[in-house]
Amino acid sequence: MTTTHPAPDVADSSDTPDGGTIADSTMWTSRLRRAWMSKLPPEKLLPDRQPAYVASWIYVFGVLTLAAFLVVIVTGLVLAFAGPAWYHTSWLGHFTNSLHFWSVQLFFVFMVIHLWGKFWMAAWRGRRAMTWITGVVAFLASIGTAFTGYLVQTNFDSQWISFEAKDGLNAVGIGAFFNVTDLGQMLLLHACLLPLVVGVIAVWHVLLVRLRGVVPPIDAVDPADRADVRTDLLAARPDDTPVPEARP
Amino acid sequence: MTTVTDKPRSTDIAARDWKGPWRRYDIVKEGVIAVVVVSILTVLLAGLFSSPDEPQLTFQGWATSAPDNFYATAVQELAGTSESAGYGPPYNTAADGVSIGPIAPQQWFGVTHPVDAANDFVLTPLRSQQQSADVTDALATWDGAAADQQTSWATDYDTALTDAGGDLKQIAPGDYGPVPVLAQGLTDMAAAGALDGILISQGGFYQTDFTKQILFLGDGSYLDDAATAAHLQGNTWGMMNETGSYPGQAWLWLYSFWYQIPTFNSDNPDDYLTSHADAVIFYIMALLSLILLLLPFIPGLRSIPRWIPIHRLIWRDYYRSQHRT
Repeated sequence: MTTTHPAPDVADSSDTPDGGTIADSTMWTSRLRRAWMSKLPPEKLLPDRQPAYVASWIYVFGVLTLAAFLVVIVTGLVLAFAGPAWYHTSWLGHFTNSLHFWSVQLFFVFMVIHLWGKFWMAAWRGRRAMTWITGVVAFLASIGTAFTGYLVQTNFDSQWISFEAKDGLNAVGIGAFFNVTDLGQMLLLHACLLPLVVGVIAVWHVLLVRLRGVVPPIDAVDPADRADVRTDLLAARPDDTPVPEARP
Repeated sequence: MTTVTDKPRSTDIAARDWKGPWRRYDIVKEGVIAVVVVSILTVLLAGLFSSPDEPQLTFQGWATSAPDNFYATAVQELAGTSESAGYGPPYNTAADGVSIGPIAPQQWFGVTHPVDAANDFVLTPLRSQQQSADVTDALATWDGAAADQQTSWATDYDTALTDAGGDLKQIAPGDYGPVPVLAQGLTDMAAAGALDGILISQGGFYQTDFTKQILFLGDGSYLDDAATAAHLQGNTWGMMNETGSYPGQAWLWLYSFWYQIPTFNSDNPDDYLTSHADAVIFYIMALLSLILLLLPFIPGLRSIPRWIPIHRLIWRDYYRSQHRT
């Protein structure tokens, strides 16, 4: 038995150059796809070429941060399934907790190096401010996520950290909503909400990197530029925009 | 040679598509290698160094190893002189909390996690179990007295205990009502291990909020002494330390840094910045975080990478090739 789709309404069936109909081209789905493809076509989303200046070890730390985040999530999922007290009584649990602990340490080491690298590269140049901002938000959200992780250890460390941290948070009113001595609240935030926040911001950050491309070196010279463009560049230069070197 | 373009070109080279040379870059291969390397590194570190897990403190441990301190803390809870009893929002209304000028967010949201130190920490746990005759009589005497009388008994005994340096044998004679018996009853109960369970359940079955236990535990010196021994105090970079020799939250170094400055950590607790350190340091860190967030828009700060040419090292191959050109 064959299923047939109902014939399109005659008024909607006028052709468009891409083989669809005018009605198709006004669909939200079509519009979203076209907008996505014009901004981030596959070759830009998953490129196999990068500008020649992308040749430094500093570039590795961004992807290392993402890799460490993946290990943090996987080991955290195992701990989440087994419950917060599992690692106190099981060698496998303790080892899993050790994997989680060290992957978090690596995550922060890589992320901080990545952040410093981007600072010294002034990587916000060229309409990349939002890339910098999402990176900083991801960093701050990661600190919050790690902090709640320390609070749900259910050991002496978490007792002391919650006792000490409550004063700082209460002093500015945050303690009324974010109660560090409430294990249930901290566990839900640590295992559900905050990793989701970090993950979403990280995806946004990576998409912005793909959208804008990797920032060129400070004072880089575009081979396409020539002497007649020089004067324009000099006249309009903001303080964070490089003055291109004059060519012989 | 003149460049001809169809559209006006951006004057910012960083905002344009790159027109210079390109190189092969296998981004997927790089990602897979990164995951493998990080996974191996994590397994190695976990296998070699394990991870910290210092056992939790218990009320039984406290009442067993430091019974005098536990006893004195129970008296303070009844007298309302403990840190928890006089904390203020969000636990009670005994104090106003920290404010800086008219900015008093600790008061704005009121009491959201109510804690009645005398009842929650001492009287309710004692009532929840069958007690000896003297404790039962002491509870009845306490319940039958007026609030002023209760306060008078407890504060007088707290003062006498403090004057005696915590030595029960040196306490001056006086009318302390049922307070000594209640404090001893709670100490015995804690030493037997019963208080831990009662405080955890708090009269219910399910419970995930440990606010009362943490506050009570912190009122005595037991938790504080353990933290000092583990180098976890705030004035010794405790915020970023971990038990044992493990790395802690090193990323909080700047937050912890402010607490090391004598201005925020003086011997006189009445110094304004010391007594308001928690709030002031939070606002400083919030401001610094905002500056970091908005760095691309802050003149001067955003130009530091240009003034200190570390980028010359990062892109040394590019600059070398430019120099040759």
